[in-house]
Amino acid sequence: MSDSLKLQYIISDEDFTRAGEASGDVKSKLKMMGVNPDVIRKVSIAMYEGEINMVIHANGGVIDVIITPKDITMILKDKGPGIKDVDLAMQAGYSTASENVRALGFGAGMGLPNMKKYSDEMNIETELGVGTTVTMKVNF
Amino acid sequence: MSEFYTSVHLDKDLCKGCINCIKRCPTEAIRVRNGKAVITKEYCIDCGECIRICKNHAKLATTDSMDNIHNYKYVVALPAPSLYAQANNLDDVNIVLSALKEMGFDDVFEVSAAAEVVSLLSRKYIDEHKDKWPIISTACPSIVRLIRVRFPNLLEHLMPIKPPMEIAAEMARKRAMEKTGLPSEDIGIFFLSPCPAKVTSVKSPIGYEKSNVDQVVAIKDIYPKLISAMTHVVEENKVEELSESGRIGIGWGRIGGEAAGLLTDSYLAADGIENVIKVLEDLEDSKFSSELSFIELNACTGGCVGGVLQVENPFLAIVKLKGLRKYLPVAKVHDAPKDISSEWTKNVEYLPVFKLADSLLESLNKMAQVDELCKKFPGLDCGSCGAPTCRALARDIVRGVANEKDCIHILREYIHKISDEFSHL
Repeated sequence: MSDSLKLQYIISDEDFTRAGEASGDVKSKLKMMGVNPDVIRKVSIAMYEGEINMVIHANGGVIDVIITPKDITMILKDKGPGIKDVDLAMQAGYSTASENVRALGFGAGMGLPNMKKYSDEMNIETELGVGTTVTMKVNF
Repeated sequence: MSEFYTSVHLDKDLCKGCINCIKRCPTEAIRVRNGKAVITKEYCIDCGECIRICKNHAKLATTDSMDNIHNYKYVVALPAPSLYAQANNLDDVNIVLSALKEMGFDDVFEVSAAAEVVSLLSRKYIDEHKDKWPIISTACPSIVRLIRVRFPNLLEHLMPIKPPMEIAAEMARKRAMEKTGLPSEDIGIFFLSPCPAKVTSVKSPIGYEKSNVDQVVAIKDIYPKLISAMTHVVEENKVEELSESGRIGIGWGRIGGEAAGLLTDSYLAADGIENVIKVLEDLEDSKFSSELSFIELNACTGGCVGGVLQVENPFLAIVKLKGLRKYLPVAKVHDAPKDISSEWTKNVEYLPVFKLADSLLESLNKMAQVDELCKKFPGLDCGSCGAPTCRALARDIVRGVANEKDCIHILREYIHKISDEFSHL
């Protein structure tokens, strides 16, 4: 009997309108599991921002979610362009989002800062021309 | 229903015959006659500007009563997305939807969900009709009526897809009939409306024969009951997960929301009836050199949140819509339902209601008469004659519905002349 639940989400690069569905699904699963609402909020925001980033900047990727009795880990891996300057990207207000994406309300430049704020641990591995992997952990 | 039904109407007892509405009307549809405002139905586009400006509250919108739910066996509420932005401290649209059920509706169907269907169909239509670029949105009924009477060259650019309210109504009706087995006439589809133009689009549709909406209730009329129902469903833990729309659908409630759903850069969005008229004039003159694919036009400043039947300040409402959309998926609807009629079935014809005469020669004559008359008037546009401008009075005279002596300046000169003659007797 396993003491962890593993979920995987393929984030499409074809249908932009599906962006945000994976984090929505994790949120409803956590609700059904009776996780603390404050924790659910942190996880939903952190994962939502990461998922949107993958769609806007990297043409999608894969999100692996591991839920244990103690915590939830989210591994967001893409094969996008990579982040040129991580410190700059982490700055509040800095964004490289395109115009049509901004029209939908994205691109305020708060994605990465919010991910850091709402997760208990965060790690970014990135290589230009290869891709980016963001790992976040939220404790229950 | 008459071709020129208008929801906007006057309460004569409250009207003081001042000049505020006649000056404000973007189509010069109002005159003051015998001390009361009179709307020429053919010119009225139901934009609601007169309702906004009337300080005597004499200008009203005809809407239906919530009590009409008792006329049907099964009633479905269609909340406009701007409804979600009317209450304070709302973080979940499901509270509004659950409250509507608490108020007596058997079911709800979000107009924002149908809006995502329209966005989907629009993306396809725009892609497939480059010859019609820029394509003009037809969601705002005032704008369609404005173009129909004033901008005939732009008629071919109108997007021939039914507005979200209509598609929501058809989907809601089908769903209700399947669920209950009841015949169509026992089902009441109630649209919760931000404005009078939507009432007119139900009673006298453009582009299709008949609306699937049965009743249109003003948002300000249900607001008090809605707020207490919302408080109730939260306290009693009765909030159900009913929402089927995402960021795109809910964004339709504000200016730019419809355009954003097209996932393109090449759009223009304009709000406020005077601003829209300027854009349409420039468009008619082909002044736009860039490759615009789509033009979103809303008669109300702020978009539908700025409708005259709303409660909240439109700019505050926009902030609230932003907050409500924040962590929603971009869209929740990904396929258009196969069995609904989403396209227009009738062409929209130009209605030259402003023309002076039937033949070109006659019109030229009348134009010359108008110019001659204008020379006699002081050009103050004071409104005392009951027309918004001196030129409008000149046109009225040539049309045979007014008299030179309606102008108080001309009348005053005439009286002086007569009293002069008397004194020389």
